[in-house]
Amino acid sequence: MNAAGISVWQIGSVAVQVALCVVGAPLLVGLMRTVRCRLEGRVGPPVRQTWRDLRKLLAKQRTQPEQSSFFFAVAPVVLVATTIVVIAFTPMVTTRTALLGGSDLFAIVFLLLLGSVSLALAALDTGTAFGGMGSSRLMAIVALAEPALLVAILALAAPVHSSSLPVIVAGSLHHPMWLATPQRLLAFGAFVIVILAESGRLPVDNPATHLELTMIHEALMLEYSGPDLAFVVLGESLRLTVLLALLSNLFFPWGIATALTGVSFVVAIAVLAAKVALLAVAVAAGEVAVAKLRLFRVPELLAGAFVLSVLAVLSALVIA
Amino acid sequence: MTNHSVAAALLALTSGTVLLCAALALWRRAARGIVSALRVQGYALAATAAVLGVQLHEPLLLVTSGLLVAVKGVAIPMLFGRLVRLDPASSETDPVVNVPASLVAAVVLTLVAFVATRPIVESVRGVPITLVPFGFATVLIGFFVLVARRKAVSQMVGLLLVDNGIGLVALLLTTGVPLLIELGGTLDVLLVVVVLRVLVTRMHAQLGVLDLDSLQELRD
Repeated sequence: MNAAGISVWQIGSVAVQVALCVVGAPLLVGLMRTVRCRLEGRVGPPVRQTWRDLRKLLAKQRTQPEQSSFFFAVAPVVLVATTIVVIAFTPMVTTRTALLGGSDLFAIVFLLLLGSVSLALAALDTGTAFGGMGSSRLMAIVALAEPALLVAILALAAPVHSSSLPVIVAGSLHHPMWLATPQRLLAFGAFVIVILAESGRLPVDNPATHLELTMIHEALMLEYSGPDLAFVVLGESLRLTVLLALLSNLFFPWGIATALTGVSFVVAIAVLAAKVALLAVAVAAGEVAVAKLRLFRVPELLAGAFVLSVLAVLSALVIA
Repeated sequence: MTNHSVAAALLALTSGTVLLCAALALWRRAARGIVSALRVQGYALAATAAVLGVQLHEPLLLVTSGLLVAVKGVAIPMLFGRLVRLDPASSETDPVVNVPASLVAAVVLTLVAFVATRPIVESVRGVPITLVPFGFATVLIGFFVLVARRKAVSQMVGLLLVDNGIGLVALLLTTGVPLLIELGGTLDVLLVVVVLRVLVTRMHAQLGVLDLDSLQELRD
């Protein structure tokens, strides 16, 4: 499909998925919190509580640590902006996205990494002890998680000879047998572990605690307040949403629109929301059952993810 | 979709599971987790034999598969289960090579297996043969478990990983060794496990631990 042939539907699908994610991401985090509370026998806040908090924070005054530079104020915007670009590139609603050229898995991984790095730099910028600790921990985890993710992508890209996301999704729609091959199962395991690490969920990081010995993501945003904090929280929830959407479309691609019609779009949006919500509930339910790993045990978990992804690539080579 | 491609996909899945279980045995620290990896590996090996049997119309392979389920899926893990209950502290708290390093070593060993078996794989084109690297990698990871783990239970599991890997290679290369040989081999392994178990129980009675590093002096 050439550039001139981009239809209104394709532009519309990008706009719809960005809007859907920005509105839905805080609700998704609220849903996970509610599920966790209910399973633990507590009532918990309503699902829309995250949005209420964001609205409250956005109305407050901006504050900035005395010695920090402009980067402290820029980092939350970078985080949200890179994540929104990723959302625009990801084929969530249709495999025939308008931004076909940029929709490459490697590009998406590095855009997500850019958000993490900017947040880590901003935490260093504040000059506090917790900021430095949090960013060094985050970088250690990211340095171990990224190779696993990139190698797992290789395993998914091998059968279709392309790392372009829409091609991978369309390929697995055409060959349902591919969904149960060893390389996909192994890559799925690696993806799940990396997504838990990247989005700071249990067992890597506990998003509900401010305990200084264990916190990673919380330590990074400790100095933020007001609208800046709202952007960081929004950015983190957007990142979780896009990672879950990526997981659901790469491994369970059913329901995504392959034709550019209104009905298939509506079905695709509904199915996508259901799949992401189901995955989020599964993650939240899993969090009730596991304890946080000791920080020194986290490399073991991520090394396991790396082994899974290498085995995935090797099986892709053997079976091809 | 032909029956042949379904069988090929199932074979890839089961032999991939055998290798994955070897990696899991290296990944987990809890003795219970290591033993359950071994159990799943036994079932995956039996499933490989069953798929091959159905694909090649060899009823004897189905008998082999049943034998593998009984010995490697049920009997041996049960013997281990009693050992683990005997000494709850038999988990790998302090392995010789730490877990992330041994996982990286497992990746390297798997690559070695793939390179080393390349002549075999390239000489014969066909689905069971192309899966031989999985079995060879399982053998190498089993040897690594023998070297890098201290506790008696994990070392015995390492030995059994080597045996399962050899079993997988034999199944895929010869599309099923004669039943008599398979029967002899499997029962040998069962006997070895029983003997080792008696040995380990005596060790536990004498020392109170199942740590092979504490066996360093000879006595009359």
